[in-house]
Amino acid sequence: MPLIKEKTKMKEQDPKKRIKNFHEVALGYSLEDALKEASRCLQCKDSPCVRGCPVNIEIPAFIKLIKEGKFDDAIKKIKEKNNLPAICGRVCPQENQCEKFCVMGKKFEPVGIGRLERFAADWEIKKGIKNPKKAKSTGKKVAVVGSGPAGLTCAGDLVKLGHEVTIFESLHKPGGVLVYGIPEYRLPKKIVEIEIDYIKKLGAEIKTDFVIGKILSVEELLEEYDAVFIGTGAGLPRFLGIPGENLNGVYSANEFLTRVNLMKAYLFPEYDTPVKKGKRVAVIGAGNVAMDSARTALRLGAEKVYIVYRRSEKEMPARNEEIEHAKEEGVEFLLLANPTEIIGDENNWVKQMKCIKMKLGEPDESGRRRPIPIEGSEFPVDVDIVVIAIGQSPNPLVPEATKGLKIAKHGNIITDENGRTSLERVWAGGDIATGAATVIAAMGAGKKAAADIHKFLSE
Amino acid sequence: MHRIVYKKQLSENVKLFDVEAPLVAKKFKAGQFLIVKIDEKGERIPLTIVDTDKENGTIRIIFQEVGKSTKKLGLLNVGDMIQDVIGPLGKPAEIKKFGKVVCVGGGVGVAPLYPQAKALKKEGNEVISIIGARNKDLIILEEEMKSVSDRLYITTDDGSYVRKGFVSDVLREILEKEKIERVITIGPAIMMMVTARETKPYNVKTIASLNSIMVDGTGMCGACRVSVGGETKFACVDGPDFDAHLVDFELLMERQRIYLEEERKAMELFEEECKCR
Repeated sequence: MPLIKEKTKMKEQDPKKRIKNFHEVALGYSLEDALKEASRCLQCKDSPCVRGCPVNIEIPAFIKLIKEGKFDDAIKKIKEKNNLPAICGRVCPQENQCEKFCVMGKKFEPVGIGRLERFAADWEIKKGIKNPKKAKSTGKKVAVVGSGPAGLTCAGDLVKLGHEVTIFESLHKPGGVLVYGIPEYRLPKKIVEIEIDYIKKLGAEIKTDFVIGKILSVEELLEEYDAVFIGTGAGLPRFLGIPGENLNGVYSANEFLTRVNLMKAYLFPEYDTPVKKGKRVAVIGAGNVAMDSARTALRLGAEKVYIVYRRSEKEMPARNEEIEHAKEEGVEFLLLANPTEIIGDENNWVKQMKCIKMKLGEPDESGRRRPIPIEGSEFPVDVDIVVIAIGQSPNPLVPEATKGLKIAKHGNIITDENGRTSLERVWAGGDIATGAATVIAAMGAGKKAAADIHKFLSE
Repeated sequence: MHRIVYKKQLSENVKLFDVEAPLVAKKFKAGQFLIVKIDEKGERIPLTIVDTDKENGTIRIIFQEVGKSTKKLGLLNVGDMIQDVIGPLGKPAEIKKFGKVVCVGGGVGVAPLYPQAKALKKEGNEVISIIGARNKDLIILEEEMKSVSDRLYITTDDGSYVRKGFVSDVLREILEKEKIERVITIGPAIMMMVTARETKPYNVKTIASLNSIMVDGTGMCGACRVSVGGETKFACVDGPDFDAHLVDFELLMERQRIYLEEERKAMELFEEECKCR
């Protein structure tokens, strides 16, 4: 069989159509696509791809099973390591992980590992997921605080080992950033629901509306549970600290996305939560959250959406795929520009934003070239909504309410490489420990902590 | 799911519920609040806890019907369920022995004021309370406030009950004559602003409980941001209590108006739907 140099394309919704709806953009592989793509895998003995995967999925093995048409076995293989494959197949930055190390990728395009993972997961969902067998109980109890990627992964691994796990979620729906942050068109909430349901079927109990740090303290949890895992994420939005930031029409990306995703404001007034639908929207920042906000604004009906970023395209932290999608959909990029002031009208509503042009200097501690304002280069941009997407800090609620828990300067909980905190029987992982990162990194941390908690409980 | 076990109409648009929420009842401290989501499609709205019954595991909430969500809530009856009750949220009020304190409440703001007055009284303070409303029908919790206050003053804008005028009129007279250690003010933003203006010349520490628009109530979204002493704070986690002399009340009022248009639309559709009126 001739070598196929390019990754098999995945069908997508047409950009012109998709900016008018919230349905998923990427449509997934057909059976033929999957078989073709699976055949590209070289089945390398030393599997460098696996080293790139934070949860160590046996990638060549599951791809081989797909190639052989054994889809049930393929998903089983994935689920040995990853309980959330339909989510990861969609939102993992594979280009920086498994696919980065793919030997095919050295000369040609890497194997579409993420797309194949998604195929296998969607195959199972379509068929109906069989109820997994529950493990025999060890009688040990673990409390997991937060039901985002870190918490769900930690809980999933622990219940599989027979520990009794209760997940405490502060919002009314479990999933954390998967439900409040990542938009429907990138990660359908039905998919999240199905995979969370799987964690429940494995035996984890989820208590929503439980704000740990308020209704129960970590101390109190330790009275009832043998171990506690904190995975409360990076929920604290950062602002720019420029004049006009509290004007009506200025949102944090967290608020904008939470209203639309979690509260379904795009279906207002059928759903009760409103969101301001701007005509001209500026999103500040160029990470994945910024792209999500910009593309959400388009779908809410904005005529013009800008990404305003102080560095150049090369430094943008978002995934290439997200940037490409945003471009296809007509998002305009104002690069090397930084807002200096947001100006309001007589009723306190945003009407304009003042920006200054930037140039790039020497690399800073992040390795990216430092942006420097060009004096006298201010220019106005007419906008009616501004979304600030310059990052989130660790959520301070639990750290503040937990005596003795060691916190670093930026508010993150200090842990060792296995997620152990300064408090006995308390682990932490995900964005609360590292600062804002990716879904899969949080899952990796949840997995590591679960292994260490298991070791501790087995002693 | 949380069952409503008691319902009482306090005035035309103000209702009182006792709701099952045993853990919240156990943990609630004066000054804290609640987020309620009535049903699947509902929005998350911050509400006031007035009192708790730890033994029966219930909390008492009082709310004014101002928009679709509170109207919908008001239509529920004893035995009905509220889908989500999240709390207690926010920092507890600073309760200690100050000496002579004045509690100033306006309209439905008397509801969150009551637990604070009660806690202050219990702590051994001399509690002077001033409650006001537009008219007699809108005065709530008169008996309760009386029971925890050394003196209780009442004002109505139209003079339909006790004294005609504003709570600030009474406050001014008290400040002129007596040495006050602290003032707590809860009510419409404009009333809290005026209270702060009255106490400023006397340099009496004044605490306002801010009722911003919120979504999650846990510091995640920043919808509730307020400016206090020139610094941006989140009412949900940094408050809701703040030094009233430092609060930018005009900003608070402007931000409370963000969704007026949407609220009106939702309300019209809702009234059409259920033909409430």
